[in-house]
Amino acid sequence: MHYKSTSYTVFTICNYIFLGFLGIICILPLIHILAVSFSGSAPANANLVTFFPIEFTLDAWEKTLGNERFLRSLWNGIFRTALGTFISLSCMILAAYSLSKEDHEFKGRKVYVYFFIFIMLFNGGLIPTYILIQNLNLINTIWALVLPSAINVFNMILLLNFFRTGVPKTLEEAAFIDGAGHFRILFSIYLPISLPAIATIGLFTMVGQWNSWFDGLIYLSDANKYPLSTFLQTVIVQQDLSQMNVDASEMKNLSERTSKSAQIFIGALPILLVYPFLQKYFVKGIVLGSVKE
Amino acid sequence: MDAQSSTTIRVKHKRKVKSKWNMRRNWPLHFFLLPAVILAFVFSYAPLPGIIMAFMDFKPYLGFSESPWVGLEQFKRMIEFEDAKQVIWNTLIISAMKIILNLIVPIVFAILLNEVRKLLFKRTIQTLVYLPYFLSWVILGGIMLDMLSVDGGIVNNFLTSVFGIDPIFFLGDGDWFRFTAVGTDVWKEFGYSAIVFLAALAGINPDLYEAATIDGANRFQQVIHITLPSLLPITIVVATLALGNVLNAGFDQIFNLYNPLVYDKGDIIDTFVYREGLLGGQFSFATAVGLFKSFIGMILIITGYKLAHKYAGYRIF
Repeated sequence: MHYKSTSYTVFTICNYIFLGFLGIICILPLIHILAVSFSGSAPANANLVTFFPIEFTLDAWEKTLGNERFLRSLWNGIFRTALGTFISLSCMILAAYSLSKEDHEFKGRKVYVYFFIFIMLFNGGLIPTYILIQNLNLINTIWALVLPSAINVFNMILLLNFFRTGVPKTLEEAAFIDGAGHFRILFSIYLPISLPAIATIGLFTMVGQWNSWFDGLIYLSDANKYPLSTFLQTVIVQQDLSQMNVDASEMKNLSERTSKSAQIFIGALPILLVYPFLQKYFVKGIVLGSVKE
Repeated sequence: MDAQSSTTIRVKHKRKVKSKWNMRRNWPLHFFLLPAVILAFVFSYAPLPGIIMAFMDFKPYLGFSESPWVGLEQFKRMIEFEDAKQVIWNTLIISAMKIILNLIVPIVFAILLNEVRKLLFKRTIQTLVYLPYFLSWVILGGIMLDMLSVDGGIVNNFLTSVFGIDPIFFLGDGDWFRFTAVGTDVWKEFGYSAIVFLAALAGINPDLYEAATIDGANRFQQVIHITLPSLLPITIVVATLALGNVLNAGFDQIFNLYNPLVYDKGDIIDTFVYREGLLGGQFSFATAVGLFKSFIGMILIITGYKLAHKYAGYRIF
């Protein structure tokens, strides 16, 4: 009844406008940066560009994609993301399978659970961790980026909850009675059934690896090894080109407003590309992982 | 008798299956855990002994064995050092504002979105507001530096042309910086944080609303008396778990937005530790500040979980 009252109609209209506005301000910054990247440098530097390119040109994109340093860090970023996701996901799937068993099925499960919970609560801090990485001789190698970030306990819990709720226990028991071991059960039952869940956590991990920039900044001393996020952090945000050892004209190319915008947008692009797939699953995942006891 | 014997058989059968589980030994389960345990041990447990440097005056060329012990000197310095006090205060203010607003805004947003009947509209809005969460602060920092610039950034251009006010130093003035940090953080997180609230809203029994309608309650009264109380348990969980972040004001964000002009009001514990410790070479002092932060954080997280468990039956693992 109240759906038809005048005040509710007024509310509904205002509500749609307000929510539409909220949705738009979440995407406008990206549109602005995209518009600047396709504009001529004169209107861009004169702050004339809002949400549509002015004097449309591909100049900035050509400069950016023709820049050897940018391409190298783009490749570093892709490689780091692929390797990091592979290592992280494999370790977490294996561990989550074991931890998804009940206490009485798997003696010692509790010990492992506390072992992992502890690292969620407490860590050595920036400097002791840095000294350790140094002592392991991992400084300036890709391993300093992909190994310390491999175990994400929160994602492991999500995966574990997916396994518990998604795989019918009876199916597993039947396979067990038929003589299948844990290897067979994991690879022939758990993995195929949980594929959407694994894809979700895989995408989460990918996003995390791609976005990660601080580890590159502290553990890599050679700027040529920087993944894209770290490269963008030094060039765009800190505007520190001292480590890059570039000549003046190259520096000018990199730091022009339109090129900067193109670089930022390319940095966001992989996220935008996987986002539709990500969105399909993460809502379910979050709800399962956080509300379910 | 029949019933009884069949129960016995079932119990026996169950026991057989169970013993089979244990008989076949669980070595593959331990084996599967091995890589994760090794990685966690090396990169999360092995650095822990290094924390003792907080009680030393650690010098890299002397190492752990030669560096002199100073007891609680570093912690004393932290309490007496004006900068460190200011940094802790900044951290508390920024994170408290973030925690409160990151609770209120998503709840209000979820309730408003829940009133939308057009599914296509609802889904489009959701797609748009979840997006910023997945972009890193490097990307967003780069965009914000451009958009919030005093020198012709699009936001200041807009404010000047529409309201005719002078450009605002969003990132160059301490008070504005705090406001900008909190505002942009809420902008990035509110959509994603709303997911759990939307799920809770979808779980409310429609009969309650129907009964209220028959009793003559309007939509607003229904929100006050049905929707809000139904959201209370999940709100308690989210709020108590957020408690653990009181000393985490968001390193990634602050580091990518701040500059020396706003150190007095925008510098937080993590950025301070990075600058003093890794860049400034005061390893022991930075570790002491970090340890203080971890310790308080751990107490708050455990308290938070305990409270969430007690008042909302929340359990992880």
